[in-house]
Amino acid sequence: MGVNTYDAIIIGAGHNGLIAGAYLARAGKKVVILERREIVGGAAVTEEIFPGYRFTEFSYVVSLLRPEIIRDLELPRHGLKILPLPSTVTPMDNGDYLAAWPDHEPTRRELYRHSPKDAEAADEYSRVMARAAKAIKPVLSLVPPDPSSMSVRDMLGLLKLGQFAKSLSEKELYRIAKLVTQSSADLLNEWFEFGPLKGTKSASGIIGTFLGPHSPGTAYVLLHHYMGEIDGAFRAWGFAKNGTGGVTAAIAASARAIGAEIRTNASVANVIVKGGRAVGVALENGDELHAKVVMSAADPKRSFLSFVESKHFPDEFVQQIKNFRVRGSSGKVNIALSGLPDFTCIKGESPLHKGAISISPSIDYIERAYDEAKYGQYSQNPYIDMIIPSMIDRDMAPPGHHVMSCFVQYAPYDIEGGWDDAKRDAFGETVINTIEKYAPNIRKIIVGKQVITPKDIERIAGITGGNIFHGELLLHQLFFLRPAPQWADFRTPLPGYYFGASGAHPGGGVMGAAGQLAAREVLKDWR
Amino acid sequence: MLETLELKRTPFHERTSRLSVAQNWRRWAGYMVVGSYDLSLDHEYWAIRDRAALIDVSPLMKYMIEGPDAARLLHKVTPRDVLKMKEGVVSYTGWCDEDGKLLDDGTIARLGPQLFRMTSAEPSLRWLAMNAVGMDVKVTEVTDQMAALSLQGPKSRAVLNRICRDKLDPLKYFRVAENAIGNIPVSISRTGYTGDLGYEIWIPAEQALPVWDALMEAGDDYGITPCGILAMDMARVEAGLFMVDVDYNASTHTWIEGQKSSPLEMGLDWAVNLDKKGYFNGRRALEREKREGSSWKLVGLDIAWEGLEKLYGEVGLPPQIPSMAVRGSLPVMIDGRQIGYASTSTWSPVLKKYIALAHVQRPYYEPGTQLTIEITVEHHRKQTPAKVVTLPFYDPAWKKK
Ligand SMILES: Cc1cc2nc3c(=O)[nH]c(=O)nc-3n(C[C@H](O)[C@H](O)[C@H](O)COP(=O)(O)OP(=O)(O)OC[C@H]3O[C@@H](n4cnc5c(N)ncnc54)[C@H](O)[C@@H]3O)c2cc1C
Repeated sequence: MGVNTYDAIIIGAGHNGLIAGAYLARAGKKVVILERREIVGGAAVTEEIFPGYRFTEFSYVVSLLRPEIIRDLELPRHGLKILPLPSTVTPMDNGDYLAAWPDHEPTRRELYRHSPKDAEAADEYSRVMARAAKAIKPVLSLVPPDPSSMSVRDMLGLLKLGQFAKSLSEKELYRIAKLVTQSSADLLNEWFEFGPLKGTKSASGIIGTFLGPHSPGTAYVLLHHYMGEIDGAFRAWGFAKNGTGGVTAAIAASARAIGAEIRTNASVANVIVKGGRAVGVALENGDELHAKVVMSAADPKRSFLSFVESKHFPDEFVQQIKNFRVRGSSGKVNIALSGLPDFTCIKGESPLHKGAISISPSIDYIERAYDEAKYGQYSQNPYIDMIIPSMIDRDMAPPGHHVMSCFVQYAPYDIEGGWDDAKRDAFGETVINTIEKYAPNIRKIIVGKQVITPKDIERIAGITGGNIFHGELLLHQLFFLRPAPQWADFRTPLPGYYFGASGAHPGGGVMGAAGQLAAREVLKDWR
Repeated sequence: MLETLELKRTPFHERTSRLSVAQNWRRWAGYMVVGSYDLSLDHEYWAIRDRAALIDVSPLMKYMIEGPDAARLLHKVTPRDVLKMKEGVVSYTGWCDEDGKLLDDGTIARLGPQLFRMTSAEPSLRWLAMNAVGMDVKVTEVTDQMAALSLQGPKSRAVLNRICRDKLDPLKYFRVAENAIGNIPVSISRTGYTGDLGYEIWIPAEQALPVWDALMEAGDDYGITPCGILAMDMARVEAGLFMVDVDYNASTHTWIEGQKSSPLEMGLDWAVNLDKKGYFNGRRALEREKREGSSWKLVGLDIAWEGLEKLYGEVGLPPQIPSMAVRGSLPVMIDGRQIGYASTSTWSPVLKKYIALAHVQRPYYEPGTQLTIEITVEHHRKQTPAKVVTLPFYDPAWKKK
């Protein structure tokens, strides 16, 4: 084989592309992974934007990375470490707070302080959600069948494919199926009364969507967060050493060790099609690479509307991809700090600084934040999910200094009048203002900040539309419908062209399933 | 109350008892020490592996061995070549009875031409005195007079460098040097029981608290964390380090031959200097064992996750494993026949593996051998695949750098 001839070419060195490449190399294939940026990682990167301060630039929490991938690719040996992210605290407007700990008793005691009733409901709620997650989990690793519509009943049928579902009653199954189509507000109002608790729980249902807590379908996203918990001891929930870039660095090291080649600064212009088959790619710099198989691990719009001429796909397929919703709704503000933010509700340094800090005082607060986004504005009082990576991994900032990662919703991609520098600055200010209400010293300790709008996600990470999951986790964009009906099995209408990133089944997050499963399908088809 | 009826308190008790949320106390050589400060071990464990963990190891038995024959005495009682040991060197060693069976293990540090400090887990004063008959050497126990802190983890050097009179950078792995923290004279050895970068600090007991406070303050920026012995127990298994009375029995505590262990069986071949000059306790037996091969060995077992998944999957559960090291004997088999047992097993968070230290009979102790180990799944005893691996399981590049 010549220098530019491979068994497989993978477009995009996000974690999914790297994982797919590693698995193909493991099966003995000659693989090259092509990345347009100078670094690998995609939305899972760590960058030193200010000297000495390392930002986990986009993704910041690891929760769903599949244990099987960690083992198969020997990621711990290649440097993967998942550090505990022990608590979540929700500051309240009255100066009090609500905290959740990894240990059951203190968590219960804390919630009891606010609502004895919720303290009891919380236990049963977790059980129900964990069982639901367990029932759904096997479905995530199946290559889905292709029913044509999606109703509670279809969902029931799908659930029954899973092993665990056999041990559930029909009633329980129905409840789970309903849960998948509900709004998180409805679900949570059935269970709880305490505002900050409901606000914080509902927040995990809107992450990465252009929906509010009252929108149907958000309860499913909420469920997603229980998936990580059912792997028991293997549970990979936490903060990756060196930030999320530490995860992709480990995967890249593993892929290279197995023999995969990774080229950075290698932007793909288009897929070369010959005789109705994908046979290679042309790079922006004019180079051509050839292979038996090409897989795109970039976002769906690029993969199907830009890399390949539409004439190679059925019109219906092109239409479906055009309709695929990739509207970004989240921003990120990464802050370098000369000290620790002093939260009014926490007083001094506390173990709570090592966990998540959630600005989500109530469901209404988040719904209002959403209302503004609906009309093309960023939220004046946004939902913010913060962590202080330097409190967890001391290598993220110089000694005594800190970095803070603030995930913000909502910041619509299609902001009225379009994003520009002034709007980005104003958005950053709004976020700092919001934090300042809870941590008054914040402005005094800022050394530098990086404000990321959905436009910036698109520009830097190369995700069309800037949606953090390459496409919203909506019911009509999940399972066998992701990225398009009939094409959820990682194959595409163009022979020799495969698709394995967050826009494919089972969706976004640093989970690796799409890349792994896509590689498996490629190998199945290998002749 | 009768004072001797209580467990002893270490010189750090004043601090450790206040910091312990869990109030989880363990016994160690007649002292009470913190098992874990937190309700879960996560934070303390990761301090060892990623930051700096401060561990009170004062209960270690400590002896000063001084005099013209100090080196001769230690040369005679241990299999290490103590005569060749340079000043400032620390040696880890086991020591044996006449039959070459382990009595205990610990470290000896050469502090001067005629001065050593020895640590042990078992009281050793009488035994040392008996071996010293006819020699010009004085053995003094300083267990209660000398407090000891173990500072373990990749940031431990940076923390010490902030407050020590002499920078720690020149101090190599298993070396010791006099130093000072503030105006308190301390001895610092680059040793520990975790297999990570780490130091042990030997402090006059009455000055213990100011040293603790200075370390906690200097370590704040590095995430220093008081750490109990339960998290250390997980780390030491990852490091392939065994513990007396858990992974082997002191031969003086045994009733039958089969309960005894030799240093060669325990995998300490590298610490048995059979090429050294002169007599030492157990020499003949060890030479014979070396010639004929050990009938069993302490090895690492890597317990396959897939096997656990399968067995737990059969009852509809994800694998359940204890969140701390388990000091319980688990049968190890080949083809359904028992050929050994695991003495400690633990989940390794850094390796994401379930691992065990195991006694395995010849010829099954060769690395790569596929065996099975017992696990109890929903009250039913099962066997699950495990592979023999060389120790240590975890050996970070920075340990010796
Ligand atoms: C702000 C933000 C916060 C997030 N927070 C979390 C979180 O906390 N936890 C979590 O689990 N998930 C989070 N996510 C989601 C998660 O990061 C993504 O779902 C995941 O990283 C996507 O991985 P991927 O491999 O599918 O695609 P990507 O990481 O997007 O990789 C695609 C790669 O393709 C490359 N590419 C694009 N075009 C070309 C071309 N023409 N030629 C060559 N290469 C090309 C891109 O540069 C990129 O490297 C977050 C995402 C964002 C944006």
